[in-house]
Amino acid sequence: MLGYILRRVLATIPVMIIVAIFVFLLLRLTPGDPAAILAGDAATPAQLERIRDRLGLNDPLYVQFLTWAGQTLRGDFGTSLISNTPVSGMIASRLGPTINIAMMTIVISVLLAVPMGVIAAWRHRSWVDFLVMSFSVLGFSVPVFVIGYILIHIFAIDLRWVPVQGYKPLSDGLGPFLARAILPSLTLATIYVALIARMTRASMLEVLGEDYIRTARAKGVRENVVLFRHALRNAAVPILTIIGTGFALLISGVVVTESVFNIPGIGRLTVDAILARDYPVIQAMILLTAGIYVFVNLLVDISYSIFDPRIRY
Amino acid sequence: MPTLRPNIRGTRRLAAALLAGGALLAPAASFADTTITAVMHSSLRVLDPVITTAHITRDHAYMIYDVLTAVDENFQPQPQMADWTVSDDKLTYTFTLRDGLKFHDGAPVTATDVVASLERWGKRDSGGQMIFDVTASLTAADDKTVVWTLASPFPPLLNVISKQSALPPFIMPARIAATSPDETITEYVGSGPFVFNTDAYEPGVSATYDKFEDYVPRDEPPSWMAGGKVVNVDHVVWTTMPDNLTAINALANGEIDYIEQIQVDLKPILDASPDVTVEMRDPLGYVTIGRPNFLYPPFDNKKVRQAALLALSQEDVLATMMGSPEYYTICGAIFGCGTPLADETGSEPITSGAHPDEARALLEEAGYDGTPVVLMQPTDVVSLTNQPVVAAQALRNAGFNVDMQAMDWQSVVQRRAQQSPPDEGGWNLFFTNWMIPEISDPLINVMVNGRGDDAWFGWPDDPEIEALRSDFAQAPDDAARKAAASKIQAHVMDNVNYIHLGEYAMPQARRDVIDNMIQSPVPVFWNITKDGE
Repeated sequence: MLGYILRRVLATIPVMIIVAIFVFLLLRLTPGDPAAILAGDAATPAQLERIRDRLGLNDPLYVQFLTWAGQTLRGDFGTSLISNTPVSGMIASRLGPTINIAMMTIVISVLLAVPMGVIAAWRHRSWVDFLVMSFSVLGFSVPVFVIGYILIHIFAIDLRWVPVQGYKPLSDGLGPFLARAILPSLTLATIYVALIARMTRASMLEVLGEDYIRTARAKGVRENVVLFRHALRNAAVPILTIIGTGFALLISGVVVTESVFNIPGIGRLTVDAILARDYPVIQAMILLTAGIYVFVNLLVDISYSIFDPRIRY
Repeated sequence: MPTLRPNIRGTRRLAAALLAGGALLAPAASFADTTITAVMHSSLRVLDPVITTAHITRDHAYMIYDVLTAVDENFQPQPQMADWTVSDDKLTYTFTLRDGLKFHDGAPVTATDVVASLERWGKRDSGGQMIFDVTASLTAADDKTVVWTLASPFPPLLNVISKQSALPPFIMPARIAATSPDETITEYVGSGPFVFNTDAYEPGVSATYDKFEDYVPRDEPPSWMAGGKVVNVDHVVWTTMPDNLTAINALANGEIDYIEQIQVDLKPILDASPDVTVEMRDPLGYVTIGRPNFLYPPFDNKKVRQAALLALSQEDVLATMMGSPEYYTICGAIFGCGTPLADETGSEPITSGAHPDEARALLEEAGYDGTPVVLMQPTDVVSLTNQPVVAAQALRNAGFNVDMQAMDWQSVVQRRAQQSPPDEGGWNLFFTNWMIPEISDPLINVMVNGRGDDAWFGWPDDPEIEALRSDFAQAPDDAARKAAASKIQAHVMDNVNYIHLGEYAMPQARRDVIDNMIQSPVPVFWNITKDGE
């Protein structure tokens, strides 16, 4: 197992190098000018040229790449072209809100979706199954911002139980943190509940038809034990995959939810940086996201062997 | 089969739990100090007011820096940090700093700081460059006296240094002002009414300003950027909300106090909120314009530009942009209606609606051969998305062959700087918006610069307008200035240096707990009071 983990970690190095080169070239081929954002609308072409020179944007591409790659290898993601602040600090301050919201979303989703999927499979083609599947279709179909605004209207504006927007870290206390994290997490959870419930149901349906389930039932094992100990454990591999990739997706793609609830997370940071062509921030964010995907996939692979003893590395 | 009975005890327990949860989750009700939380039109990212013309950076600078002189609501320069005298030959301006001026680090403001700040500013600002072109010397005669000596008179000097449009000359400590004008400063020490809280600053998220306890306001009542800047609150927090509806919900819920710009179509939500006032705090507003490229056909031909002016209609563009006539004005004055230089000479073709038949006839007369007009449409800026669509249709109605290309605003700003032909990555027409103070004067309005390659994007080589601008700069008094500006207005409308598409205004919204906000094109936070919290 240790050898496997080591091999997987080493395999990430060429992946990250390819991602870095690809992102760097892609950004430079995209039209857009950070100097124009810096200087404002009334700047003259001569002023823009001087700022580009100062930022090194007129250097040959290979010089720009080598400078950036050298910095990155030393663990320095450089300085934002627009705000002139260190990129690592910007990302660090934005990572907490996104990870916390993502974790809450996944916890809520798993707690709701796995039992829903199991019960839907158990009561295959019953009204319960129909209800779960209908909810799944709804969860996929309604855009997150619509759900977000509905939740805001009910819980923040009508009932006044929670604030409309903003983020407080856990260090400010559990109450303020939960007050602001619960609605965005619930909003995002609607998608992931649907996704995980469907996957759980499909996986369980497959497993429930296996011989060992029939044997267990014939031996008189209680139904809840059959479902949750025997069937679910064996149906877990695809469910874990969807949870893992779902978490990585949440980290990188919650920009709409972050805007609706005004959460200063990395989704917003990335989109802002792209709109401003703030190259160092975009490059660092894409490398980080790639790293998160690789790491989460590794964790998912490792967890397979825990849930399915037939898997050996 | 069991009968269904409501679980009274369980329901009560749930209700109690929810109530407790609600209490637990309720937002903190009060601050120890008075804090105004404001959502501004954009996030603050660049902190150097000399490096950028971005409005949000200028607004930030007015919070923490002070200016030597400032324009009042009558567009007249008034003393702010300094009083002045002008010699009889109009060649020597002597500024005397008032007592009690202190930087946020405790150091007194000296004439040396003023000289260094003006010199850095003068290397970036176009009006400043014109003054320094005729400057013989700028020196600190003593700690409190700045002497600015010119080689030849420059009558609008005070207007230029008092302006509130892009790049006002803010005064910084000399050690910071020594930074190259092409590099951003890294220390933000001013002598203005608020101190920038660098520890609380998160680029793109929030900026916090604390009251500067040692600031000594002037005695006069506030009037735009002039007069007494009396701060009545302890802190002002600018928070960025990318979604306007979120900001409006937060305002209605009492989580924030002020929104600088609200989308007009969302205003009905706030109209239903009893504790919120929607108002027009900016008395001037904005203009929207189209800029042709003078380097290539078809807009290198004056008659074709005139045909475009005839084809377009302010009413059509503004109605599509804003939705309600309450928020726009048909106005033919290129220096802005309501400004001292307002004049509508020659504007009838654009203010009286579209004239497709006349435009078509003029196009034929010009020998237009169907050369495509590459028109850039930004799709990611709400206030700039609709004009190109309306304009494209109006131009097509008149016989233009329009190639409208959709792209994000960043692609527009890069592409508009390209001088290559339109079919090789260049362009023919783009649109943008300005605040009225930014176009209210021929020395400020970059679109009336006719210096070819040195002019703003579009690069008109127009010696006639340069001569008229020079006449304006040399005009000895207001009447002469107005006459010179009127000639520039007539020339711009005839030559179509740009297409003035009318004026619009953005409403602001505030909770009623804050009051005494002064009317100003720049959102300022002095004079404001906050009650009940």
